[in-house]
Amino acid sequence: MISTFIELNPLQLTFYFAALLAIVASVKVVTGKNTVHALLYLVVSLLAVAVCFYLMGAPFAAGLEIIVYAGAILVLFVFAIMMFGLGQDETLHAPSVNDRIYGTKVNKFNLWLGPFLLALLLLTELVYAINSGEIQAKLTSNTIDAKQVGILLYGPYLLAVEIASFLLLAGLIGGYHFAKPEGVGLERKKDIGEHG
Amino acid sequence: MIAIPLSHILILASILFVIGFVGVITRKNTLFILMSLEVMLNAVGVAFIGAGSAWQQADGQVMFILILTLAAAEVALGLALLIQMQRRFKSLDIDLLSKLKG
Repeated sequence: MISTFIELNPLQLTFYFAALLAIVASVKVVTGKNTVHALLYLVVSLLAVAVCFYLMGAPFAAGLEIIVYAGAILVLFVFAIMMFGLGQDETLHAPSVNDRIYGTKVNKFNLWLGPFLLALLLLTELVYAINSGEIQAKLTSNTIDAKQVGILLYGPYLLAVEIASFLLLAGLIGGYHFAKPEGVGLERKKDIGEHG
Repeated sequence: MIAIPLSHILILASILFVIGFVGVITRKNTLFILMSLEVMLNAVGVAFIGAGSAWQQADGQVMFILILTLAAAEVALGLALLIQMQRRFKSLDIDLLSKLKG
């Protein structure tokens, strides 16, 4: 088993390591007791998948993964958690919360220790991948760059892009409608009620 | 052609997908369900990118971008619904939503 791992080239080794980190972080997301812990692990999971994309020869997708997923979508989650109150999984069937963790001040850095370690491993791996000449030589031979994606996106897939823009518009309007405070638009509702 | 075999990429994608799926069907907190959905969508993205790089076509990345927009719209709507739920039920337990049935 170990000998087969030694025979792998550095590119494959770094890919499997990033994949392992992604799986571990995803398991921690699903089994997490604390919403903030789970969110930090979700960030690490997305970053690990972004490294996987980079090693698969899709640097543009890796950049989009970091900017849109880990940047924009995760900020939405952070805002939501800030509105709901920190760190409580108040549901009935949640895994039991260990009180000892939240009791003392010393243990508070447990909150970010796990995600921090995983992210540190990921960073060292990425630095190694960028530094290693062998990996770079393998990557440049089969990279699909942003130019090809752009040509395809605004050529054969133009209709899909338009539909995606409609989807985003629907998401925007729906998000505004559902999240607005109760009072807003009440007058109109009354009006409709009287006439109907 | 590609350094990483496609089958291993697909195995990674299916493992991530199953992890997300287990999260969706076992958790009761709606916020965790949304996060697990993100993991699932991400796994689908891994499969598309892997297939795209195996055949050296950019189509996989185009599909990934479309999945990205879908995930953005889905999270915006889901979190807005979650805010409504928190306002009405003062809780994020998804079992409370069974009160909605007429």
